[in-house]
Amino acid sequence: MKIATAAEHYAGMKAKAEQKINSLQEKTLIRVGAATCGLAAGAQKVKDTFVEEIKHKGLDAEIIEVGCMGHCYAEPMAIISKPGFPALCYGHMDEGLAKLLVEEFLGNDDPCYEYALVALEPNDIFPTFSDFPRDAYEKKIILEHCGFIDPEDIDHYLAREGYASLVKTLQMKPEEIISAMVDSGLRGRGGAGFPVGKKWTICRNTPSEIKYIICNADEGDPGAFMDRSVLESNPHQVIEGMLICAYAVGATKGYIYVRNEYPLAVQRVKTAIEQARKKGLLGSAILDSTFSFDLEVFEGSGAFVCGEESALINSMEGKMGVPQARPPYMAVSGFWGRPTVLNNVKTFAYVTAIIKKGAGWFREIGTEATPGTAVFTLVGKVANTGLVEVPMGTTLRQLVFDIGEGIPNDKEFKAVQIGGPSGGCLPEETLDIPIDFDSLEKAGAIMGSGGLVVLDEDDCMVAIARYFLEFTQQESCGKCTFCRLGTKHMLDILTRITQGKGSLADLDILQELAEDIKMGSLCNLGKTAPNPILTTLRYFRDEYEAHILEGRCPARMCKDLILYYIVPEKCTKLCNVCVGSCPVEAIYTREDGLKAIDQEKCVKCDNCLKTCPPEHNAVIKLSPPVLPEE
Amino acid sequence: MPLLEGEEEIICNSVTDILGKLGTSREKLIPVLQQVQNKLGYLPTLAMHKIAENMKIPAVDVYGIATFYNQFRLNPPGKHQFKVCMGTACYMVGGNIALDSFERRLSIKEGETTPDREFSLERVACVGCCTLAPVVLVDEEVEGHVTPTRVDGILLTFETNGEKKTEEGTEEEGGSEV
Repeated sequence: MKIATAAEHYAGMKAKAEQKINSLQEKTLIRVGAATCGLAAGAQKVKDTFVEEIKHKGLDAEIIEVGCMGHCYAEPMAIISKPGFPALCYGHMDEGLAKLLVEEFLGNDDPCYEYALVALEPNDIFPTFSDFPRDAYEKKIILEHCGFIDPEDIDHYLAREGYASLVKTLQMKPEEIISAMVDSGLRGRGGAGFPVGKKWTICRNTPSEIKYIICNADEGDPGAFMDRSVLESNPHQVIEGMLICAYAVGATKGYIYVRNEYPLAVQRVKTAIEQARKKGLLGSAILDSTFSFDLEVFEGSGAFVCGEESALINSMEGKMGVPQARPPYMAVSGFWGRPTVLNNVKTFAYVTAIIKKGAGWFREIGTEATPGTAVFTLVGKVANTGLVEVPMGTTLRQLVFDIGEGIPNDKEFKAVQIGGPSGGCLPEETLDIPIDFDSLEKAGAIMGSGGLVVLDEDDCMVAIARYFLEFTQQESCGKCTFCRLGTKHMLDILTRITQGKGSLADLDILQELAEDIKMGSLCNLGKTAPNPILTTLRYFRDEYEAHILEGRCPARMCKDLILYYIVPEKCTKLCNVCVGSCPVEAIYTREDGLKAIDQEKCVKCDNCLKTCPPEHNAVIKLSPPVLPEE
Repeated sequence: MPLLEGEEEIICNSVTDILGKLGTSREKLIPVLQQVQNKLGYLPTLAMHKIAENMKIPAVDVYGIATFYNQFRLNPPGKHQFKVCMGTACYMVGGNIALDSFERRLSIKEGETTPDREFSLERVACVGCCTLAPVVLVDEEVEGHVTPTRVDGILLTFETNGEKKTEEGTEEEGGSEV
């Protein structure tokens, strides 16, 4: 009896939502991509222009904000669905294009195909996403709805069978849910890859009146933004996953721990929670069942180490975010000493999909040891930057060269940096390893949260290693001596090397320190902090040696080892661009009319090199910093 | 950073206010600091001392929390804030060059505020628009592909706007006299 009501209750809710969405689609619908990335690129202005122009022309159209579609290189984006035309997506939008589209497409039935990027549905006129090379590799589970639904309106999610998994869950026994998780082989996507089924089983089997669920959205890696993107584009899928988890382990209270640096994500999650509560999907007696669960947002104060689970819980309890030794595990004694399941944003999003489509379906995707997909933020020196979701087992080469479409500007590929500050730099010869937790660890990197930065010939590996170490050194909480002092010592050595003051003995000390820090640190921040150095030492030792022995930076990136020089043969006497561009007046005109740089004054800001007209290209960087004889 | 005239009173009043609302038990320390910062824009040394005194905890514990979490700042924010992105993608294409230019032009280091409290400079980790790298947030507006020349341009805009405002101000004053 009770079960029937839950399903009926849901069916009514869904029918209403579908009706609302269908009525939206009867007239022209404009969806503007307004996640942080889109807004940064100017989506707000585009949306305002649409609103203004449509009002001005007296047209009948609906404009909504959606999340991120993952094609960051083409932001800001907008999707226009006009009855009678395939839904068309436009990239690189600006106010002018918005104005043109309202006039020509909405007003005159000319879709301006020359500006369109892609069509959303198969049609006879325009290519769709399936015609993109990256589509052959992509498999979207988490990002399925991102960029197509309005994250601030629960009806959009409901109309796409949202919360159906919750209804299914309520008809199952908690043990069945947990065994489905075990069968699916889902591993936590926070970085360490702990089996989700195992964690939930431990929590379920620990007797306690109160249990907690915490969603870890404290995404602190520089260069990784998939958790933010998911929360901004489709928060309900995460909330649904948390509900399923709560039902399975017997928890009644949950928190979403979001960084306060993500104001838009915080706001959208709060809106989503509010709307779910109104619909009876959160709170007491969910969908008229006996199951109760409520959610709250906790805003993190911004400390990288708080991504570590025991540190996160400490900070929620109002203390410094310092990790603790384990066991006891969080699933036994976590928040306020109660059993707590702590999973990443993506993990909860997978849970929803697994319950909907079954553990067997999930196992089919990806590899044997790591089923499912991996979400990456593909950034750096790659043509198509963006958010991609590929099955585990895809190779790095496919990711960089097929999906990312290679290195722009005819540059030479050098390495991929995977896993953020705790990850490593992998060179060309490792590109054919399949992506999963274990293979990457074997190569010296880690899966991490999924930041993937492509580096080309202009990037100095020593400087990159130093950059990441500087980050972890600053973010070290200071509890373990090796992490606190060891990283500082390593940073000093690396700084010396980038200044050309290193010695070969330094490399041995680096190696030794790295291994000691790995051993002597309590949490994963310390255990993984030396990874960038270890991998660069392993794969790019020649670059370290060039810095030390020759005082030369092969990538011409380290400031102390380069100088800027104007090649007299290339310099034309007729232009003054470099002189004007110099912020410190270091460039002067010689007696023969050519330009030259006063090395004493030069601050190596790169301005003259950028401004020198491409037909001359007279400014070059020299390393080691020795002026050629004339 | 020296306090402005009348600032001491504002600080004392705000702290008393917030402590009155939230209470003085130890687990309220973070929320109290968050609210004080929301009110004043930063955590002045004086405020931290007052909080420690009222909560009966050592001042070093307050300072510990304030410096542990990145959210808290100990310098007053400038009227205009520059946040230079130092995410991986920005660093790779010259984020540090942009930061250097700001430091050189404003004669302050990152994390500091100019003595007239007009500008403050910070570095932030990834703002999430890696395709526009290097990126600088100018009062929450995103500036993409920032070169040293663009830094000069940004500062020049503020300078000329500032001059315009002062001119308008003097004109108004002149008008009232007549």
